Amino acid sequence: MMGLARINWFKYSSPQAFYPLAGRMMPWFAAAATLLIGVGLYIGFFVAPTDFQQGQSYRIIFVHVPAAWMSMFLYVVMAMWAGLGLGLNARPSFMMAQAIAPTGALFTFLALVTGAMWGKPTWGAWWVWDARLTSELILLFLYGGVLLLRASIDDPRRADRASAVFALVGVVNVPIIYFSVRWWNTLHQGASVSMTTAPKMAATMLTAMLVMTLGFWMYSIAVTLVRMRCVILERDRQSSWVTHHSHREAVEVH
Amino acid sequence: MQWGSVSEFVAMGGYGLYVWSSFGVTALCLLWEVLALRRRHAAAIAGARESILDQGMGQ
Repeated sequence: MMGLARINWFKYSSPQAFYPLAGRMMPWFAAAATLLIGVGLYIGFFVAPTDFQQGQSYRIIFVHVPAAWMSMFLYVVMAMWAGLGLGLNARPSFMMAQAIAPTGALFTFLALVTGAMWGKPTWGAWWVWDARLTSELILLFLYGGVLLLRASIDDPRRADRASAVFALVGVVNVPIIYFSVRWWNTLHQGASVSMTTAPKMAATMLTAMLVMTLGFWMYSIAVTLVRMRCVILERDRQSSWVTHHSHREAVEVH
Repeated sequence: MQWGSVSEFVAMGGYGLYVWSSFGVTALCLLWEVLALRRRHAAAIAGARESILDQGMGQ
């Protein structure tokens, strides 16, 4: 028994390997995000033409649609890590889900707020109980549930499992958001981009929207990597490799 | 480009308040997240160092 206890099992699991790797990858994603968002804003404001129906207010699309896409995409990715964690009982997978959730919630909040700012001049109302808006609001509550479950359970392993089950159940809401504009008669406009039909918008508008989306995606990866590093340090502070890293980083910081 | 002057750009065809609020609130939120994470990471490093010192005291 003593022999077993002496082995540093942590050495063989992945957070130790992932922590420095995430630190090295993060600046590249941050740089890509900055560049893409810069280019996206330039095309969106200086190249894309005025919309013949909505005038200049349509330019909110360049931040609204990317935020809304990221809100759904990050939820699915979070749920996939949560499911993987449950299936393989893999702690690093749960940590990934934990690292993604706050950024997903933030983009959901931004999709709703920028949507309100677009709705007011376009529909005359900040908010309507339309299927698209309501299902996106439910997405915010689902993210809230995941975060609250995590925060309210002290045992990290139990918090992992509870928030993972909750995240998996909530994933049914994502296709509901996506197809809501087709399934119900909504005030919200239909899909801006479709795989099956030709784009309904000018090519430069579409380009700006896609470049901004790529930028938000790279941003999400960068902040998730940093949050993953935080989660690893917070949860594994007792292990010896953390000792090594925190000493070295403290030296770098000072 | 469709902007004749800076004020035209700022006005956004009368929708300036809505357009700039949307981009402003997004910029603020992303910036806040980055700064909050920077603080959290520094605190996590400090916390890890502290628990190391605690362990050292216990031995």
